[in-house]
Amino acid sequence: MGKRDVPEVNAGSMADIAFLLLIFFLVTTTMDTDSGLMTQLPPPVPIDQEPPPPIKDRNVFTILINSKNQLLVKGKPMRVEELKDAAKEFVMNPNREEKMPEFKQEEVDFFGLYEVSKGVISLQNDNGTQYARYLLVQNELQRAYSELRNELARRKWNKDYEQLNDDQQKAIRTIYPQRISEAEPKNIGKKL
Amino acid sequence: MARFRKKKSGNQPAINTASLPDIVFMLLFFFMVSTTMKEVTMKVNIQAPEATELAKLEKKSLVTYIYVGVPTKQYQKMYGTEPRIQLNDVFATVGDIQSYIAQEREAMKENDRPKMTTSIKADYDTPMGIITDIKQALRKAQALKLNYSARQKVER
Repeated sequence: MGKRDVPEVNAGSMADIAFLLLIFFLVTTTMDTDSGLMTQLPPPVPIDQEPPPPIKDRNVFTILINSKNQLLVKGKPMRVEELKDAAKEFVMNPNREEKMPEFKQEEVDFFGLYEVSKGVISLQNDNGTQYARYLLVQNELQRAYSELRNELARRKWNKDYEQLNDDQQKAIRTIYPQRISEAEPKNIGKKL
Repeated sequence: MARFRKKKSGNQPAINTASLPDIVFMLLFFFMVSTTMKEVTMKVNIQAPEATELAKLEKKSLVTYIYVGVPTKQYQKMYGTEPRIQLNDVFATVGDIQSYIAQEREAMKENDRPKMTTSIKADYDTPMGIITDIKQALRKAQALKLNYSARQKVER
């Protein structure tokens, strides 16, 4: 065994490894997408339009948020944690109570004649309400609706609402329409 | 076992650098792909509120952003510490929103315009007064699809 040079490492496959890594990162990295709560604003009201007919008191679920971020739901103070269940109970009205919203019979695809709640959620906040609190309330209301829709979808098709096809989703949306109306804010507890 | 005998001569062969460009290119590609371009310089401090019922904003080209928050330190002398609206790179007032929306809509493709979404990125501590003003302006501008930007809430 004499003196021998170390053979050069073959670098020909280096490019292959590099590309492999590149493809690996390409596939696994997810670009952070923006996400948020989707809502639909009502179209602007023409000035000459006459005011809509008043809605019966029992059909309205009023939520007021004051400048100290406290909630008043149907005249009673409530914590945000309870809001979701209260909203669900309001829309479902499981015991058909007098004070809770009425139902109207409606023809729905897949379901036939179905009782659809006439309930409307009305949300009003103060100008001083914290944005985070307002969003939390919106979030809880959306959660109430999505839970209702999911429950119905599971009962009917044994699937989550998200997994249904467009027609089925539409049918469920007819039964549980997301009716949240937002009143003009009040300016009572203005912080200076 | 002669195979493992140490070599006596000290001069080492030069490392082959032919693949260095490959590695560099790989890194370049990786960063090119994974970084999201910062479209605007933020002039307001925004700490997004938390929510659970999130929907993803899929197509960036359809989204118009409105930023609301307290101006950052360097702008506080000029603009104060009250929450302000930022559109693109400049501070704006509620009155500017309508023309801004119209301008953004104009820049879109014709068949994309109905799908236009406005995303409000506001600090969690913003009072609702300013948000409501923005919402009224958006209604007037017929930009009715609205997204309140929020982070995923961590369940504890």
